[in-house]
Amino acid sequence: MYGTVRQDIRIHRPAEEVWALAGDPARLHEWFPGIDDCSVDGNRRTITTGSGLPLPEEILTNDSVLRRFQYRLDLPIITHHCGTIDVIDLHDETCLVVYSTEADPRTMALAIGGGTRGALHELKRLLELDPRKDQD
Amino acid sequence: MGRKILFVTTDQQRYDALGCNGGMIARTPVVDGLAAQGIRYERAHPQSVVCMPSRSTMLTGQHPSTHGVWMNGITLPTDAPSVASLLKDAGYRTALVGKAHFQPFLDPFGRFEENRAGQPSVAGAHRGFDHFESATHGAMGPLDYAQWIQANHPEAAGMFYPVLDGNLEVNAMGGGDTGAPQVHHNAIEREWYHTDWVADRTISWLDSLSVDDDWFCWMSFPDPHHPWDPPASEVSRVPWKDVPLPAGYPTDAAERERLLDAKPRHWKAWYDGSLVSNYEAPLDWVPATMTADQVREVNARNAVECELIDEALGRVLAAIAARGWDDDVDVIFTTDHGELQGDFGLLFKGPYHVDGLMRLPLVWRPAPSAAAGSLAPSTVTRPVGLVDLAPTFAQIAGLAPAEWMEGKALPIDDADADARGFERVLTEWDSELFGVDVHVRSITRDGWLCTTYLPGHSHDGSEGELYDLHDDPLQRVNRWDDPAVASVRSDLLADLWDHQPAQVRPLRGLEAPV
Repeated sequence: MYGTVRQDIRIHRPAEEVWALAGDPARLHEWFPGIDDCSVDGNRRTITTGSGLPLPEEILTNDSVLRRFQYRLDLPIITHHCGTIDVIDLHDETCLVVYSTEADPRTMALAIGGGTRGALHELKRLLELDPRKDQD
Repeated sequence: MGRKILFVTTDQQRYDALGCNGGMIARTPVVDGLAAQGIRYERAHPQSVVCMPSRSTMLTGQHPSTHGVWMNGITLPTDAPSVASLLKDAGYRTALVGKAHFQPFLDPFGRFEENRAGQPSVAGAHRGFDHFESATHGAMGPLDYAQWIQANHPEAAGMFYPVLDGNLEVNAMGGGDTGAPQVHHNAIEREWYHTDWVADRTISWLDSLSVDDDWFCWMSFPDPHHPWDPPASEVSRVPWKDVPLPAGYPTDAAERERLLDAKPRHWKAWYDGSLVSNYEAPLDWVPATMTADQVREVNARNAVECELIDEALGRVLAAIAARGWDDDVDVIFTTDHGELQGDFGLLFKGPYHVDGLMRLPLVWRPAPSAAAGSLAPSTVTRPVGLVDLAPTFAQIAGLAPAEWMEGKALPIDDADADARGFERVLTEWDSELFGVDVHVRSITRDGWLCTTYLPGHSHDGSEGELYDLHDDPLQRVNRWDDPAVASVRSDLLADLWDHQPAQVRPLRGLEAPV
């Protein structure tokens, strides 16, 4: 059974600055609490969780014009997963970041979705604290 | 040297599970003995009927609207008020051994420190506890008990019932002799089962203390919460075929449906399988399919688990006596919420504010040295809540209640309750799960239980339940729309809203389903 969870946050930084961090698949661990490391090889990404578990993913979309990043977790327990990060320019030097999760089984959407909310808050904290974070 | 505090909780235990409360199935001589020496509460209610909000209330002394853990899956911030911190600051040694559940268990990213075995205790005081050893209902995952099983008895790790199914929903798989959901043959040795582990680890921590230490120990048993998978060696204690059906279980299906039809519509919708509003009930189980024999077997397994807890508590009390502390220890025994356990043809829990889920066992045996000559054993019939526990611990320690506590130290008898205004107890429910939201507020006072439903998925805000607890102890006759008691209803609702704490906004977000 499908479940969907959507989180969003407004960040008081220009969309291109936010996208520079949020849209970089190799830097997810910098702003997603519970993910300690990421490595990217082509359209494959492996994240390592705080409990030391490596999770393989497939990158589906990385569109810097639309500022949309999509990926799926590639695990036997998950029949379907799609994570989508959209950075939407509000044209006032701020942007809205929307992090959506759809998954089957639906419970996984809740468990991942809880993590994505924490991630958005950390993204905002990092970028509003240090607007040059994307250049680190 | 002050009074020491042993705070004993079970998980999901009914009022009538104890012999001292009239229970006839499980033998609970240890708790019954504490009740005979101390105070037994006949109308103790939780402020939420699920684990995380209710346990947060115990720790903070606040209603869920205030502490913000409004449903399972919401975390209690690690810097939230804690009575353990209050006691620690006053010089108490503090420990929590067993089930905590202030943070979600389903944690794929390992974000929560309470899911990292040994971490909180290594890191020092956590929520005011010097020592923190965790357990839950099985032996898989990162908690201390699971790690202990995996390290010492790995062959037992897979013997427990799988609480979640392959879709990560609460498992509906049946077992035992009757195929009842969450009943399971568990071949584990009794000494390895989490009930005995919690007692063993509690004794170990107590043994580490100096005889002059003041201490507060929350010993938190995961049972008798489902799954009902006690050690197989113990199951024959309570043969299920000999277990009477509970008074709350109408044996006739038509009668069950008539009773459910008189309640707000989500009751019957759950029973017939058309709506599962909350994660705590198995998605793939339809209560209407439950047989009388399944009810008997669930009750028998539950009773076995209650007996094991009672015996484990007896071992801990013996260890306390061996240290010479017996006269200086206050023992408080309770649970976080109840279990429907066959009432109305239902199992488990959810947004159903009736005695099966709300009337809790609560026993306080004050330290004999403190009570000598001044405190007679008593029974309190006035309404009290788990929200009153934290100020009670403070009082035992000789401390004033913290300003953030919303309850009052428990009364020692009805006269004390009347003198200090124990008139009402409030219980609340909020849940939002995949487009289904339910919002419930209840008040219990003057022998009535009144529940109102706020607008949500299945309710328009006009629905409610009103029960006369004296004349209708099984809550079978919903008098919400009875003109003869319209003024009772309006008075209770006015009192409820006069005393309901304002809900902290914005609501904290869901981190996981449980």
